[in-house]
Amino acid sequence: MHANSSIYQRRKLLNRVIMTACISAAAFGIAWLLMIVASLLYKGIPGLSLELFTERTRMSGGGLGNAILGSLVMTAIATVLGSIIGVAAGTWLSEYGDRSKLASTIRFINDVLLSAPSIIIGLFIYAMMVLPMGHFSGWAGSVALAVLIIPVVIRSTEDMLRLVPGSLREAASALGAHRWWVVVRVCYSGARTGIITGILLGCARISGETAPLLFTALNSNQWNFFDMGSEMPNLPMTLYQNMTINSFLPEQVQLAWAGALILTLAVLLLNIFARLMSSRRDKA
Amino acid sequence: MGYTMKDASVSPSHLLGAEKGELQMLRRNGRLDRLFSGSTFFFAVTVLVLLGAIMVTLFISGWPAFSELGASFFTGTRWAANVNDFGILPAVYGTLVTSFIAILVAVPISFGIAIFLTELCPVFLRRPLGTMVELLAGVPSIIYGMWGMEVLAPFLQRHLPDVFPAGTGLTTAGLILAVMIIPFITAITRDVMVTVPPMLRESAYGLGCTTWEVVRNVVFPSVRAGMVGGVILGLGRALGETMAVTFVIGNNLFYKATVTGQGTSIAALIANQFPEADGLQRSALLALGFLLFVITFIVLAIARLMLRRMDRSKA
Repeated sequence: MHANSSIYQRRKLLNRVIMTACISAAAFGIAWLLMIVASLLYKGIPGLSLELFTERTRMSGGGLGNAILGSLVMTAIATVLGSIIGVAAGTWLSEYGDRSKLASTIRFINDVLLSAPSIIIGLFIYAMMVLPMGHFSGWAGSVALAVLIIPVVIRSTEDMLRLVPGSLREAASALGAHRWWVVVRVCYSGARTGIITGILLGCARISGETAPLLFTALNSNQWNFFDMGSEMPNLPMTLYQNMTINSFLPEQVQLAWAGALILTLAVLLLNIFARLMSSRRDKA
Repeated sequence: MGYTMKDASVSPSHLLGAEKGELQMLRRNGRLDRLFSGSTFFFAVTVLVLLGAIMVTLFISGWPAFSELGASFFTGTRWAANVNDFGILPAVYGTLVTSFIAILVAVPISFGIAIFLTELCPVFLRRPLGTMVELLAGVPSIIYGMWGMEVLAPFLQRHLPDVFPAGTGLTTAGLILAVMIIPFITAITRDVMVTVPPMLRESAYGLGCTTWEVVRNVVFPSVRAGMVGGVILGLGRALGETMAVTFVIGNNLFYKATVTGQGTSIAALIANQFPEADGLQRSALLALGFLLFVITFIVLAIARLMLRRMDRSKA
């Protein structure tokens, strides 16, 4: 009896020690992450103003208007480009490729590309587009971002199309609908919210990417109204430059923190919006 | 429905009875079918082409460095642009050390948070905390880098000046990477841990197991492959991360820097030197990019294979 209870005590003690460790790990991790958010707010909020959105970047401070516009333009083009390719490829994987050898290879490669380092994509587009063209351009930046969003869209499109019940497809076929009609009218309308959620999440991911823009769109402190053939100002690169080569100017650092706050808020809002959309679908 | 002899005579025998208009529609839809499957197939194959193009392009543009520097590119301990001598060991060393530190710090904390979220957390907190972790995994890496440079590095320098004389360095970069991949590994670990059927869990509790014994003997064994896959996926991210590292690693090219001293990593070296590089230096940096891609490709492939095995055994 005595031996038993000592084993029991030891098990209980061990359990308590490890569970305490887990709770402190959770508290530690969450506190650490909250600290980042807190310092973002603390350093970013004083820099917020209307000029931030209307002025261009200057050595004396200025605003981030040109960078925000450039980022929006490049992200939008990349998202459209990437969504077309991604949705089409995801459709093939789910509706035509299915279990074939080729489809599983593509799926595997896509999963690997999904988490490939973004700086590699930047180098790739640099060698493919910037070197032959001879200069940095907004197009190169958009293409680099599109390459990054494609795997995300493919993955979510395929997953969402697979959730559409096969009986729906069969019912449509039995009524005499052609295959493409079945996919476009039955599968897409069933998976629409899911696919859009995937695109939004991908969009959130690429809008904060810095490394691929370093060698493609570069940056500029001028306004660039849709001249995709020349260097494109953008928010992430402005943060990077203001925190490194321009960090001796306190105004630039202040600007960078305000920009960081805007960027993070935009990314988080996109994420939350995407999540809300998909949870509404779950309920329906 | 006026079928006439004339209509029947123009249609092939197997379509006996179809009208001309119907035939046209059939043909048009057939063409659209082929067009649709053909174009989606084209875009699906784009993924393979993309991978091939990345490999080939980086290899070709890095070739001058490979051929001119030969073996000294891989074994050299000095990266000096002014004398055209490029050895990758300082950068490779930095990449390995920072990633190792990141994994060492992030794994226990991530597993702890995942256990907390699945086993201990009150139900009403489970969703908000889980969502918070997922949202933090989406924060752009440059934000982590800025925080590391402005908050963590000065903090370390002030409070541990003997260990971190400059504040920045390999360990600081490793810590920032850890913060960055904690939400990531936590999310994957939690996702695989909740796939364990409640029946298994409850029977173990019914036998009198403590929470830790249930986690250790029931939950972990059935999702081990998924957990390891998640960790390796985190490692893949740490190996190639650029922005979070560049700010805090110190960008010092000395080889055999101490673990807490300043150094550089492959990605940080590329980000730092590429904008001003040309000639052999640019080629060497592209070759370095090729190498980084090969390394991360292997690591990520292993991770995906493990996660896939996990999926299959679940199904």
